[in-house]
Amino acid sequence: MLINQFLLLGAVLFCIGVYGVIARRNAVLVLMSIELILNSVNINLLAFALRNGADIAGHTFALYVIAVAAAEVGVGLAIVLLIYRNRRSIALDELSTMKG
Amino acid sequence: MVAQNIAFGIIAAIMVIAAIRVVTTRNIVHAALWLVLVLAGASAQYILLAAEFLAATQILVYVGAIMVLFLFGTMLTRAQIGREGNLDNRSRVPAVLVALVLAGLLGFVLIDGFRREKLPEDPVVRTTQELSDSIFGVYAIPFWALSVVLTAAVIGAIVLARKD
Amino acid sequence: MLASATAESAGWFLEHAWIIPIVPAVGFLFELFLGKRTGKLSNHGAYFGVAALFVALVLSCGAALNWIDRADAGHGDHSALVVSGAGESLPVLSAEGEGGHSVGTTATPVIKQWTWWSNGGTTFSIGQHVDGLAVVLLVVVSFISFFVHLYSLEYVRGDRRFTHFFAALTLFTASMLNMVIAENTLQLLLGWELMGLCSFMLIGHWWEEEPNARAALKAFFTTRTGDVGLLVGICILYFSTGTFSIKDTNEVALAGTIDSRVLMWAAIALFVGCIGKSGQFPLHTWLPDAMAGPTPVSSLLHSSTMVVAGVYLVARLYGVFYQGFDMAGGGVNLILVISVITILISGLLACVQTDIKKVLAYSTVGQLAYMMLGLGAGAWTMAVFHIFTHAFFKALLFLCAGSVAHSGSHHSFDMKKDMGGLWRKMPITFWTWMLGTVSLCGIIPFAGFFSKDEILANVGYQGYELFMWLGLLGAFFTAAYMGRATYLTFLGSPRGAAAGEHHEEAHDPHAGHDAHAAHDSHAAHDSHGAHDSHGAHDSHGPHESPALITVPLVVLAVVSVASGFLNALPFGLEYFTNWFEPASQEYFPKLSHAPFHWSEALISVAIALAGLLVGLGLFAKDFGPLKGLTKRFAPARWGHTFLVNKYYLDALYEQVVVRALAHPIARAAYWVNQRVIDQIVNTAGRISAGLGRWVYRWIDQGVVDGVVNGAGMTASGSGEGLKGIQSGKVQQYGALLFGAASVAAIVLVVYIRAK
Repeated sequence: MLINQFLLLGAVLFCIGVYGVIARRNAVLVLMSIELILNSVNINLLAFALRNGADIAGHTFALYVIAVAAAEVGVGLAIVLLIYRNRRSIALDELSTMKG
Repeated sequence: MVAQNIAFGIIAAIMVIAAIRVVTTRNIVHAALWLVLVLAGASAQYILLAAEFLAATQILVYVGAIMVLFLFGTMLTRAQIGREGNLDNRSRVPAVLVALVLAGLLGFVLIDGFRREKLPEDPVVRTTQELSDSIFGVYAIPFWALSVVLTAAVIGAIVLARKD
Repeated sequence: MLASATAESAGWFLEHAWIIPIVPAVGFLFELFLGKRTGKLSNHGAYFGVAALFVALVLSCGAALNWIDRADAGHGDHSALVVSGAGESLPVLSAEGEGGHSVGTTATPVIKQWTWWSNGGTTFSIGQHVDGLAVVLLVVVSFISFFVHLYSLEYVRGDRRFTHFFAALTLFTASMLNMVIAENTLQLLLGWELMGLCSFMLIGHWWEEEPNARAALKAFFTTRTGDVGLLVGICILYFSTGTFSIKDTNEVALAGTIDSRVLMWAAIALFVGCIGKSGQFPLHTWLPDAMAGPTPVSSLLHSSTMVVAGVYLVARLYGVFYQGFDMAGGGVNLILVISVITILISGLLACVQTDIKKVLAYSTVGQLAYMMLGLGAGAWTMAVFHIFTHAFFKALLFLCAGSVAHSGSHHSFDMKKDMGGLWRKMPITFWTWMLGTVSLCGIIPFAGFFSKDEILANVGYQGYELFMWLGLLGAFFTAAYMGRATYLTFLGSPRGAAAGEHHEEAHDPHAGHDAHAAHDSHAAHDSHGAHDSHGAHDSHGPHESPALITVPLVVLAVVSVASGFLNALPFGLEYFTNWFEPASQEYFPKLSHAPFHWSEALISVAIALAGLLVGLGLFAKDFGPLKGLTKRFAPARWGHTFLVNKYYLDALYEQVVVRALAHPIARAAYWVNQRVIDQIVNTAGRISAGLGRWVYRWIDQGVVDGVVNGAGMTASGSGEGLKGIQSGKVQQYGALLFGAASVAAIVLVVYIRAK
């Protein structure tokens, strides 16, 4: 297997995730897109870990990424909930209070 | 090797399509489900990459916990169940542009960088034992930091989401 | 410093005669700067002047004595006193003399010269040239000036500008003394002009009254007109002789190396200056008007000293005049013509004057004409002697007039209205006046006889018989008007102020006189100041003047009489000639002297006495047979009017000449001013204003404001444009982030690949 196939897969997922982050209105969907990004990163990590002689560090950090992602989703959703309670809407383009 | 390549190909295709559906569907719940598909696919890729423990952990944590969280969040924020009007904002075009540029760039760099480099045929399969040795041994400090992060996240989430 | 003394040892006073003008000049400075400050201590500066003049007088007398010694010693072998027998048998004397007799002195002048400034080959020097003529004038000027200063202490007491009066008087003396000892024509010119300035200042001393100011201006302008001639003459002389030095000029002129026509024009030009300064026809009109000044001024400047400057100039540069007018050839020259005309017209004019000072003024004009007559005919010594004697008795006469005005006629000079019968009340004044009068008329043995009649004798001797008879006619007139004046002033019955009435403020016949015309006897007067506010004055009637006035009168009277005997030919006394006439000098022509004939003398005395009696008698018993003549007899009336209007010369000068010249010039100047200069200025102003407006519109509003506003608009515009970046939308920030990062990455990749 070429390493490039995993790396390219990761890159594509990453870009799709970026698109989602920028283009989605709903905050939850944005968070989902962020999950896509994080997963692409994980694939990258593991691919490189395998390349470098099955380096265990890659696995370790991929695990850490999963953990962090979990934490982040938890906090992120809590925030979204708060926003929803205060603003009655979680459409991100409506949430800006800046004028002009 | 051919089998792995085929497997990879199919799973990769599924993942990409699912990911695209995540960011383009008008139904949040559908988006969540498509995301599940992506995550599962990722788990399969981990196996191909000789990281079984992680594959398992991925399913457990991501699919099992995080997606549930997402669905809870969706429910709690009264999102429309079913088709919703418009889930994309006005920045679609710039977003596409940025994504494409990024993709092009990354693609170019990767192809130019790695060409046809092959992964080792017979990789050393790392055991869980070795992984835990690494976690609690070499990378103990990041582990502890991570535990603090998790604790903070939990407490924070509780605090934030309290109905007071 | 070039000091070239032309004698071995000329005596200290002669060698240092250049100090003489400096002393009054220093006195002037003291008066000017310290006079008011020292106040009572120096009598407001007057004592500086008196002291300076006293010193100058002493120095001048010293110089005269030195000169007399020098003259006596001489280079020749003649004795000091030439005492020859009286009587017709006196041989005709020439300068060389016959039989061991020489007339005049061979003593050379004491010349000192310092370089003042030298420029490209021309040297301007300043110095002294003291010879007999200079010494005579030095003594005369300092003597009379000293006594006039004393006189003025009383006369001008309390005046509004007491200090400045004395300052001008002293400055005048300094400048005249400078002119007298001048070594070159430029120095002479300096003194000449300064005298003119002082005359202006002094005539217009009470300039607040308009007639006085006008008189001062008239005097100045008229003399200035003459001064043009003086300048031209000096220039001609310089360019033809190459030197400014008086001695050298005379020598070159007499040597005959210069074309005589050039000398003639030089002489004519110089004489024009003399006409102006000495009040000869046609520029005599300023002298009578100059009587507007205070009487001491009239006495010092306009009778004895300043007006003599013209005569002095001719006497000084006699070589030029002698050659230029070819006096040796014996023809009629300009000087003779002018002077005889002046004698006649002034004599007639003096007969119709009512102002006593004007009588004396015309008399001065006439006597100056006599001096000119003498010079024109070659009677140099007699003319100078007449300067000498005339100075004393004319000054005396003026001071007497001042005394009369001061204490007799309540500051009025009008003989007909305010004088008469004063001989009893003012005896000293009367008797000194009489002495002066008989001197002036030329009655033996008084001074005027010895000088004036000798002039006439010489004029006849040189062949100008007609002029001699005309001069005798003038002498008749002189005696006539002096008799008239004497009668009106001192004899007869008192009139007006002399009778004790004094005119109150409204009466204004004194306008233009030194009597204060802005007459307010009860307000603070100027010349009345301390005395004669009517309360303080006990007797309002005429009385004799105080000592400070009468003492100078007496002194001058004595001198007037005595001075005649310095050169009394009938008695064989020829001190003056022997001391002061230069003989056998390169710078002085050889002159011939008329012998003395008793017959001629008696004729002239008779004429004078006749005139005096006519003057007195015709007016006796309050104008006698002449009373009302002008009313009865039309030609008499016309003649009288013609004379009273001064032959309409004043009208001619002022209305015709001045108007014709000045008005067009003034109008042209006004036109230039309004049309040309003002236009230029206005146009410049308009251009500037227009430019300013253009700049305002286009540059200030357009460019500058545009730049400023543009900067502002750029800022706000760019702000407007850029504010979109901070929209508050997180996803936009995210897009920007990823976009920027990708761009950066592209750059990096390209850069690395390029390497």
